[in-house]
Amino acid sequence: MISGYVITILITVAIYAILAHSLNIITGHAGQISLGHAAFFGIGAYTSALLYTEAGLPFWLSVSLAAIAAGMIGALLGIPCLRVRDDFLAITTMGINFVVEAVFLYIPFFGGAMGIGGINLPGWFGREMSKPEYFILILAVFGLLLLVDYRLGRSWIGLAWASIREDERAAEAMGVDVVRFKVMAFILGSMIAGLAGGFYAHFLTFIMPQNFGFPMSIVILSMVVFGGIGTRWGPLLGALILGILPEISRPIMEYRTFVYGLLLMFMMRFQPEGLLGSESLLMKGIRRLVPRSAPSR
Amino acid sequence: MSLLEVTSLGKEFDGLRALEGVSFSAEPAQILGIIGPNGAGKTTLFNLISGIYPPSSGKIHFQGESILNLKPHEISRKGIGRTFQIVRPFQNLDVETNVLVALGQRFYPSLWRSTRSYRQPEILQEAGVLIREAGIQSFAKHQTKNLPLGIKKRLEIARALALRPRLLLLDEPSAGLRYEESTQLMDLIRKVCAQGIGVLLIEHNMHVVMDLCRRILVLDHGCRIAEGTPEEVRSNPLVIQAYLGKET
Repeated sequence: MISGYVITILITVAIYAILAHSLNIITGHAGQISLGHAAFFGIGAYTSALLYTEAGLPFWLSVSLAAIAAGMIGALLGIPCLRVRDDFLAITTMGINFVVEAVFLYIPFFGGAMGIGGINLPGWFGREMSKPEYFILILAVFGLLLLVDYRLGRSWIGLAWASIREDERAAEAMGVDVVRFKVMAFILGSMIAGLAGGFYAHFLTFIMPQNFGFPMSIVILSMVVFGGIGTRWGPLLGALILGILPEISRPIMEYRTFVYGLLLMFMMRFQPEGLLGSESLLMKGIRRLVPRSAPSR
Repeated sequence: MSLLEVTSLGKEFDGLRALEGVSFSAEPAQILGIIGPNGAGKTTLFNLISGIYPPSSGKIHFQGESILNLKPHEISRKGIGRTFQIVRPFQNLDVETNVLVALGQRFYPSLWRSTRSYRQPEILQEAGVLIREAGIQSFAKHQTKNLPLGIKKRLEIARALALRPRLLLLDEPSAGLRYEESTQLMDLIRKVCAQGIGVLLIEHNMHVVMDLCRRILVLDHGCRIAEGTPEEVRSNPLVIQAYLGKET
């Protein structure tokens, strides 16, 4: 039997993996930097928490609605946001994060600094789900998302995203409606982040505005960059390493954001493609061990 | 009705007149050369036609229809393909995938159809034909960023042709190419024209322009200073003055 401590870490890492995966759609696939992804994680968590505790909706419904709400707000904020480029986009998304956190903190409806408590793990077969069962549920959802990611990667949408990531001006000259495809990435990424938020709320049973602040956005971005931006398995690897790292070295827990910031700087300087990027040291090493034709991206 | 009809087109950037009162028309299966000294407004003209920015004044009609307020992707769907003065291939995609992006044009407007796989046999075959026509089939699976300029330039043409354009805007296709590379490129442009596609060709290499074009438009300081056959343009005193300066 796995200990409660281990299962807690496993669930956290699985939620991080979904979250990093969702940011990877926006930043990795479509090439749009976002420094405010925790906002949509938070919108999902709060929607799910409120629907569950206030409206009495069951877990399954509250979590689904959380994803939809995050997606809708993502679209609303995304449309003006994605008309700006690069550094402006980074700052705008950062701003969104601060606004959303402030709304949770200062509007009494959202519980203020005290947050929202009394959220429970979902029930099934007439009893509350155990933590290992909850872990498997999240893992199944993540597997499903990977399938969708695989499918999208081979679709015209995936190709349009790649062209936008490479060169917006050339993409629009090729008939790609740049704004529309960017908003699509933003909506999908926000929806999945909202879903992760719903799972997170029901797991923590108690959420606070600080859980969804700017530092959290940096943590998510670090995971994506660390694992390999734009790759399929990179976000999972990033979530695994950066999720477990603070646990096995407790003393650095307090300096988590500091360490993440350093890692981000280090990766940007020396391994900008991340651990699983096609030109990374790790992948080059693997290719040397397992020779085969280079995969085309 | 001409394929493209540009009427007294003007563009100002913060008070700087980049283009002023330029009118001309382009016909199918003809190459119209556009020449002029640096800063004459040639690339600005292309950027206006392809919708990158709106003109300050004037009209642009394509196949009898105004394209003034259309966005770049809408203009490309109407049938105007272009290449860039400084090549802009999708660097991290291979040559084939570059062409596929343009072939996707017919799928992008529909959400449902754009969720389908782009690796369909008939699409790949179509890409193969375009790549072969451009003579770059041996590079089909190469990542674009490592290819020589000449190949990238031909890739840009293949990519623009994938849009099934009626009009092609080529911005200095032979710039920076070796002699053999540029003759190969000229053959490709002739082939494109023979398919009935109208071509607007910005070019600094007079050898290429005089050889390819039966009509040439000359711009200087944003204004049209001459238009005619290569012989007419060559002997036009205004053109000589624009290129060589006035005798004092």
